[in-house]
Amino acid sequence: MKPRTLRRHINESVKSLGRNGWMTFASVGAVAVSLILVGMFLMVMFNLNKIAGDIESDVEVRVYVSQSATQAQTRQLGSDLKQIRNVQSVTYESKKQGLNNLMKSLGNDKSTFSDLKNENPLPNAYILKTDNPQQTTYVANKAQSLAYVSDVRYGKGTVEKLFHVINIARNVGIVLIVGLLFTSIFLIANTIKLTIVARRREIEIMKLVGATNSFVRWPYFIEGLIMGVLGSVIPVLMVFIVYHFVYYNLGASFSGMFISLIPYQTMTTNLSLLLVGIGAAIGVWGSLNSVRKFLKI
Amino acid sequence: MEDMIVMDNVWKAYPNGVMALNGIDLSVGEGEFIYIVGPSGAGKSTFIKMIFRELKPTRGKIIVDHKNIATLRDRQVPYFRRKIGVVFQDFRLLPKLTVYENVAFALEVIEESPRVIKRRVMEVLDLVGLKHKVNSFPGQLSGGEQQRVSIARSICNRPPVLIADEPTGNLDPDTSWQIMDVFKRINEQGTTVVMATHNREIVNTIKHRVVALEDGMIVRDEEEGAYGYEA
Repeated sequence: MKPRTLRRHINESVKSLGRNGWMTFASVGAVAVSLILVGMFLMVMFNLNKIAGDIESDVEVRVYVSQSATQAQTRQLGSDLKQIRNVQSVTYESKKQGLNNLMKSLGNDKSTFSDLKNENPLPNAYILKTDNPQQTTYVANKAQSLAYVSDVRYGKGTVEKLFHVINIARNVGIVLIVGLLFTSIFLIANTIKLTIVARRREIEIMKLVGATNSFVRWPYFIEGLIMGVLGSVIPVLMVFIVYHFVYYNLGASFSGMFISLIPYQTMTTNLSLLLVGIGAAIGVWGSLNSVRKFLKI
Repeated sequence: MEDMIVMDNVWKAYPNGVMALNGIDLSVGEGEFIYIVGPSGAGKSTFIKMIFRELKPTRGKIIVDHKNIATLRDRQVPYFRRKIGVVFQDFRLLPKLTVYENVAFALEVIEESPRVIKRRVMEVLDLVGLKHKVNSFPGQLSGGEQQRVSIARSICNRPPVLIADEPTGNLDPDTSWQIMDVFKRINEQGTTVVMATHNREIVNTIKHRVVALEDGMIVRDEEEGAYGYEA
């Protein structure tokens, strides 16, 4: 396409967007509302996924010593554990320390459990660190097969539970978002239909004198694109503002734990691009949808 | 004389079952001027629409400028249309554009260069005698002037064929003669003109070939013919 032609198409689109000001505003608004929700939803989903991944790759493996094991047998187990390939370190945690740690992590609720001090149900444990996260499962399986081991725990169960929650959230979110996106597409398609009806005669003449379909279609394509992209501006700003709050305030309370939120820069860049992309796609889809019927030769 | 339009056993049935054309055989030579006459509902409009591929025939061949347009692909249609000028009874001008812009529009949408557009628009407006009205809007012009703008638009791309569907239908007799004068000039430049009309006086005075349609069939085809129907 010649630059002159492109300039013409852009002029035409902007003119007709202005002419249907209120409908344009409504469509852009609908896109914005949908994309804000999409943005917030994705912000949560991305982080849940990241956290699940972090937990999954947590290098800690807890090996509980059988209650019946003697001190010597326990010590023997400790040195056996050290022999397992890929084990970086082995730390012993007696049942007493275990209980203290548990009560510490329970915070205010610890009074409920103070009775347990007399009759500690926790087993002695070894805490293993592997060289890297991928070896966790292997190490856990090996440890399981040793004598005097009552149980082996690593992130597995927690991760599965978390993924379950993520799945539910995802399904609910997807239904909601698909509905919203279709509403936006519908509104954009309608707005563009209005401009097409207003310019019916023009299109008729264009076709009569031999303008190609793509020539006729271009301005509407651009119109849809502009509406979609305009609709993504506010959601993108929201992402920057909301994630700034989430990351620098909420994120701080996670520090020191093995999980962390997606870095501010990464999140805002990716999510912004994604939202602008979705906005553009909605706009283009809506516009092409409504032009199609009017172009029959 | 070479053939510009050839219809070979052309039939047209509308989806509702109406048979608009029943086996039309016709050839129109390059540079010829023909009138299509006949009572309302005889198939004149269908016939006209066939030539610029607004409609496809149900059966038969339509060859325009050596190309069978019955089998033309949809995406080729725009390029074919550039070879056909069409004028309607209701002018079909864009009210918000000036005379100049209305004509230039037809060239802009086929991506002609601005230099060519400027020259060509003035040329055709001169031909139809409206050079002095370039900045007027259609609403400020008389019916005859509007029709001349629409003719200027239809020929600005130098089509070898000009089709006119009742071009004088909305005009008073005096103005109609002016329009016919414009057609005469265009025809003299070598353009083939096909004009569907109800205007008995014009057909009887400005003698050209007359093709009469009735019930979708050609019932008469005479060189220098007469209108032949009661007004």
